[in-house]
Amino acid sequence: MTDPKTLSPLDLDTPDKTFLDANELVINMGPQHPATHGVLRVILRLDGEKVLGLECVIGYLHRGVEKIAENRTYTMFNPYVDRMDYVAAVSNALGYCEAVEKLLSVEAPPRAQYIRVILTELNRIASHQLWLGTHALDIGAITPLFYTFRDREEILKIFEKYCGARLTTHAFRIGGLQYEAYDGFEKDVKTFCAFVKPKIDEYEELLTTNRIWLERTKGVGVISGKDCIALGVTGPVLRASGVQWDIRKAQPYANYKNFDFKVPTGEHGDTYDRYIVRMIEIRQSLRIIEQAVEGIPEGPIMAKVPKVMKPPVGEVYHSIEAPKGELGYFIVSDGSTQPYRVRVRPPSFVNLQALDVMCRGQLVADVIAVIGTLDIVLGEVDR
Amino acid sequence: MHEFVQYVLSYLGSDKTPGGAGNFFWAAVYVLLVFVGLSVAVIAMNWLERKILAHMQIRLGPMRVGPHGLLQPIADALKLLLKEDIIPEGADKVVFWIAPFIVVLAAFTVFVVVPFGQTHAITDMNIGILFMLGVSSLSVLGIVTAGWASNSHYPLIGALRSSAQMVSYEVAMGLAVVSAILMTSLNDTSTGTLSMIGIVEAQNQQKIWFLFKFFPLGIIAFTIFAIAMVAETNRAPFDLPEAESELTAGFHTEYSGFRWSLFFLAEYSAMIAVSSIAVTLWLGGWLRPFPNALQGSTWDLAFALIPGLTFLFLGAICFYNTARMPKHPLFRIQTIGLAGFGAVLALIGLVMFLPPVRDRVGDIFWFSAKVAGFMYLYIWYRGTFPRYRFDQLMKVGWKVLLPTGLALLILTAIVGMRTELVAQVREVFR
Repeated sequence: MTDPKTLSPLDLDTPDKTFLDANELVINMGPQHPATHGVLRVILRLDGEKVLGLECVIGYLHRGVEKIAENRTYTMFNPYVDRMDYVAAVSNALGYCEAVEKLLSVEAPPRAQYIRVILTELNRIASHQLWLGTHALDIGAITPLFYTFRDREEILKIFEKYCGARLTTHAFRIGGLQYEAYDGFEKDVKTFCAFVKPKIDEYEELLTTNRIWLERTKGVGVISGKDCIALGVTGPVLRASGVQWDIRKAQPYANYKNFDFKVPTGEHGDTYDRYIVRMIEIRQSLRIIEQAVEGIPEGPIMAKVPKVMKPPVGEVYHSIEAPKGELGYFIVSDGSTQPYRVRVRPPSFVNLQALDVMCRGQLVADVIAVIGTLDIVLGEVDR
Repeated sequence: MHEFVQYVLSYLGSDKTPGGAGNFFWAAVYVLLVFVGLSVAVIAMNWLERKILAHMQIRLGPMRVGPHGLLQPIADALKLLLKEDIIPEGADKVVFWIAPFIVVLAAFTVFVVVPFGQTHAITDMNIGILFMLGVSSLSVLGIVTAGWASNSHYPLIGALRSSAQMVSYEVAMGLAVVSAILMTSLNDTSTGTLSMIGIVEAQNQQKIWFLFKFFPLGIIAFTIFAIAMVAETNRAPFDLPEAESELTAGFHTEYSGFRWSLFFLAEYSAMIAVSSIAVTLWLGGWLRPFPNALQGSTWDLAFALIPGLTFLFLGAICFYNTARMPKHPLFRIQTIGLAGFGAVLALIGLVMFLPPVRDRVGDIFWFSAKVAGFMYLYIWYRGTFPRYRFDQLMKVGWKVLLPTGLALLILTAIVGMRTELVAQVREVFR
């Protein structure tokens, strides 16, 4: 038989054969499938239950966000970025706002930066909670989903109180914040931190030492740090493979250098390590939030930004550590009110490339686990 | 007419099952009763599973159809009956049509020998347990045909998984069952039995549930069976054949409406069936708890009152919830309905206090209560465990349960024969 590693997943030399007289089975998973987290279509080439190769077909959720940017002013484009990774809208907005600020050579005032960090880290927790629930659901544990959604709700309540929106928040503006933190914001955040810590223990109690969970995740979807770097994979997936790369530490943005937190790394690069890394990340995010909420300085929340933004001719690339990995914005300005080109480097899209590498030689059930552990959001993959 | 009445009455007062007495009328009545009881149990199980699972998952579950969603299973059944019955174009129509019936037939037929009480079984076969295992494993046939006839990828994989899983777990299951059967041969008469009633009576005679016999051998056998039976019925955490996140709905993906509901019915009645086997073999069937520790007529009376008290308690829960219902005109019918339901339960409870009823339902009550315990376990598993992967599931079956079962069988035989063995050894060395 041909070496499965060299086979192209879509190399269907015998399309007429039915599945009963062929050894290989081609299965179309998605775009309507409960475990593909939206509208991802995966074409699986199977030998029995073993995956020989797969190809992702994307674009079902393509809305042309990057093209839209060219026809909007810098301010007008801001809400659109929320719709990419809709479970971590705040991170998207942070990346975009900071990129434009870099282009304009302004910096958000300290108070705004602190509130930005708090909201972004809250959003990271929310994103990881959603990931945990759906990932566990894919592996067959249905209960964690409800627990994580219950606790995510508290975060969304804080967002709602802050800016009126729960999911696509549009929380930040170029140059700072639109809204001052509401009365009792600090108290709410502190209450949330105290509330969520035992809940995280609760999730871990259900899963971390669960034998079936261990068997389903250990040694599944292994990817080496080298492969990760070669494929451009970032975020928890990269860190679980043992590479200590967190843009919050490596190229500090916002004011992350003021905070004390650890960047967890894994050893084996398997699904279990990625789970552990994300769980630790939730706790580290809580640490950042606690430090930030103690030290919110007084002061303005908006830098001096012109009403009509006309950044100087030039280009800028700014990346942040979104919950899913490196989220980068490359913006080219031609000196007009609208960007000449906006290119988004979405973590989900790049991480999804690794799916084939991670799944080869594994079983169908593992494909589900790996799609879950990659933590992709199709809105971001397709943009 | 007179002869018929005689025929009907002749059974009353006999201490045999209708099948054993050869009375067709009462056998038919029992069949009907079992069928109705089973359907009610499946309906109740449907509601309970949703409710219990919901409460484990911090949600309410069905609340809209009837008070606390009590009528939800009925609404669902109606919906399924009214749904369009789709047969895919590429399907093998005849096989597609037959498959659900094979499954249902297999799931229901096993109840012929289930002993709900000393005389409360349709019949008592001398090979009862073999019959149960044999017929219940026929359902694999239905599942394979269903998957194959659908002519679609997902059902096919689901059916293959399912058949491989059920066949491999049957082996371990059988070994555990044999070790329990070995224990029955330790009676005074030292003859074993395969009859379901005989097995329970053996436990009665030996004054011990086989669960605790030869500690810890009985418990190990029971554990093997308890694991294998979850796999056998394709329930979480062994629900790979219908792993919805992987294979949408497994072997019954292409089924809809009434045919789908047959699979559903079969799954739940199969769960009840295997639980009945476990209860019969290890948990003393219809015997009440602590028959030896808590002896005497006072204790007998106390335990005889429990069925009635249970129903009264359920009725009381209903009344309590009636009182908690929102006092809004919209909820009037629901409130009345819940109170009515509670009243019915309480009435059943009161009826169960009457001495003639009390003596007759005790057996059935204890048997059902034990089976209900297993049903709760099924739901609990589903709420807590992730799903096994196919190869891991096979590993558990063949590499863990099977060797354990074999070792257990030999150990049980040795321990059971220890006096004889010692005598033999002495003989040799004398």
